[in-house]
Amino acid sequence: MSVPLTRTLVRPAAPPARRVPWTLLIFLLLLPLPWIGSRYDVFLMNQIMIDALFAVSLNLLLGTTGLVSFGHVAYFGVGAYVCGILMKTCGVPFIIAFPAAGLGAAFFSLVFGYFCVRLTKIYFAMLTLAFSQIVWAVCFKWDAVTGGDQGVADVPFPDMHWMDAVPGLGELSQNSKFYVLTLILVAVSIAAIGQITRSPFGRMLTAIRDNRERAAFIGLNVRAFELSAFVVAGGFAGLSGALYGIFTRGVFPDYVYWPQSAQVMIMTILGGMNYFWGPAIGALVLDWLNQEITNYTQYWPFVLGSILLVLLFALPGGVLGGLARLGGALRRWTARDA
Amino acid sequence: MTVSLIAGQVLSGLTTAMFLFLIASGLSLVFGVMRVLNFAHGSFYMIGAYLAWQVVSWLQPMGADFWIAALAAGAGVAVLGAIVERLLLRHLYGLEELYQLLLTYALVLILGDVAKYTWGTEQLSVHRPPILDGGVPVLGTTLPLYNLFIMLVGPAIAIGGGLLLSRSSAGRMLRAAAQDREMLGALGANVGALYTFMFIISSFLAGLAGALITPIESVVPGMDVQIIVQAFIVVVIGGLGSFWGTFWGAVIYGLTLSFGILAFPEFSLFSVFLLMAVVLIVRPWGLFGRPIR
Repeated sequence: MSVPLTRTLVRPAAPPARRVPWTLLIFLLLLPLPWIGSRYDVFLMNQIMIDALFAVSLNLLLGTTGLVSFGHVAYFGVGAYVCGILMKTCGVPFIIAFPAAGLGAAFFSLVFGYFCVRLTKIYFAMLTLAFSQIVWAVCFKWDAVTGGDQGVADVPFPDMHWMDAVPGLGELSQNSKFYVLTLILVAVSIAAIGQITRSPFGRMLTAIRDNRERAAFIGLNVRAFELSAFVVAGGFAGLSGALYGIFTRGVFPDYVYWPQSAQVMIMTILGGMNYFWGPAIGALVLDWLNQEITNYTQYWPFVLGSILLVLLFALPGGVLGGLARLGGALRRWTARDA
Repeated sequence: MTVSLIAGQVLSGLTTAMFLFLIASGLSLVFGVMRVLNFAHGSFYMIGAYLAWQVVSWLQPMGADFWIAALAAGAGVAVLGAIVERLLLRHLYGLEELYQLLLTYALVLILGDVAKYTWGTEQLSVHRPPILDGGVPVLGTTLPLYNLFIMLVGPAIAIGGGLLLSRSSAGRMLRAAAQDREMLGALGANVGALYTFMFIISSFLAGLAGALITPIESVVPGMDVQIIVQAFIVVVIGGLGSFWGTFWGAVIYGLTLSFGILAFPEFSLFSVFLLMAVVLIVRPWGLFGRPIR
């Protein structure tokens, strides 16, 4: 047929759930937390938001493009180190250090990704792992710049005096102000990733995921698209890393060690990698469980491993996939009743 | 550089290499035949080390026997491997690699904590077997007898494994399974049992390697995630699934590491990861492997 493929791919009929402005809704829901929640709530939610951005950025590769990256933490780490070093060692303000972290991470993803997208499947996963371990080894050993195994300690909070001008915000503590700042930045970033996923570019990525060969047949430059996705995902991972370094007041080589890549992958799959908000849900569930369970036992990895087993065998679509299945079953049940 | 310095580096590199070969050979066999990249292989190795320590401490009163402990550790881990394959891994063969990676990673988390719970977080160590105490002078340096022993065990396993794969009927079946699993099943072979057998052998090797490292390095939590990445590097350099490739990959890795320390003491870690990346970029199927469809 002569209908251009792009036209049919641009706007598929959106299901009702898509028409809800979820990002705005969640933003408004989370905004009052510093006023009504405890310090602990603010702390936990802050971490969840940062991890959510990290996991959503990974899902641009994993769920949208079908690339199993086992080294996504490298770009998170690059962002964290760039922002931490700029703010701590060089005294650069946050408003410059934050975008620099994203650009730095995107640059690294461009260089590494250039080689990675030449490979497929298990080889792709291994090469991303190798690159992330290279980043780790450099962070671990390059004492002069990264502080070696001591890391970059005492990363300062950004200057948040401008918030005093906003009524109600001025009396908040530094931690709560940083929560508000994180909320704004994460919401904007996730909205941007959402736009990218729904754009024609994002549709192309999904076409590559569904059938790489056929996508190549219709004239897509598959590698170029994969590389672009890799760079965008790496850049946003860098932004989340920058926030995380400030949140934990320091950047350490452990942030870049390979099990962290596995952790964010578990978040993504736990929430459901076939859903845009799945990774965020995964971050919410995992971080919350982590906090709750470490109150009782030090054996959190054991619990996490067991969750993963349950997930693999009982709930392969993740939390959202399970809910969708439950919803479908309920609808069929009510339809039969009527 | 003096002769003795070079000889010392070569020998220490080869010792590292043969250790890594013991670990990586099992990883490579499982990937070659079953196409499963087993993250839990490092955990099997760690459990083997702990089991060896446990058996040695039990046997201590009646005159410790390191060799019994080493075999017991291998056997114990082989049983663990059989359980894992039969109960869990088996159900995920048809699915994408991602699910198998995640399953074996779940095992890393679980086994790591089980070891912590059972044996605590202190460093445990095992004495060298008395028969291998002391060393032999080689080109101006002293080579501990135990290291010499390891350097003999590695090639012995390589030759044994190589012969098993190329000459025995089980080996022929394994190579056939690597080529085309379905066809082999259609010809009447019991592929399921073959996979279990493969996994048991691989787990045994991991447990044995764990036991054999105990006289040299202390047993600590975290040795699992540290070793698995090194084993991955070895397997990737040699070629995923290529048995002899893994052997030479281990030799290259060991020598790169020991001479890398001489040349750039700060960045020896970096050099092996770089080696892995370069091999993957230039020849994704490894220096000694063949491209897989």
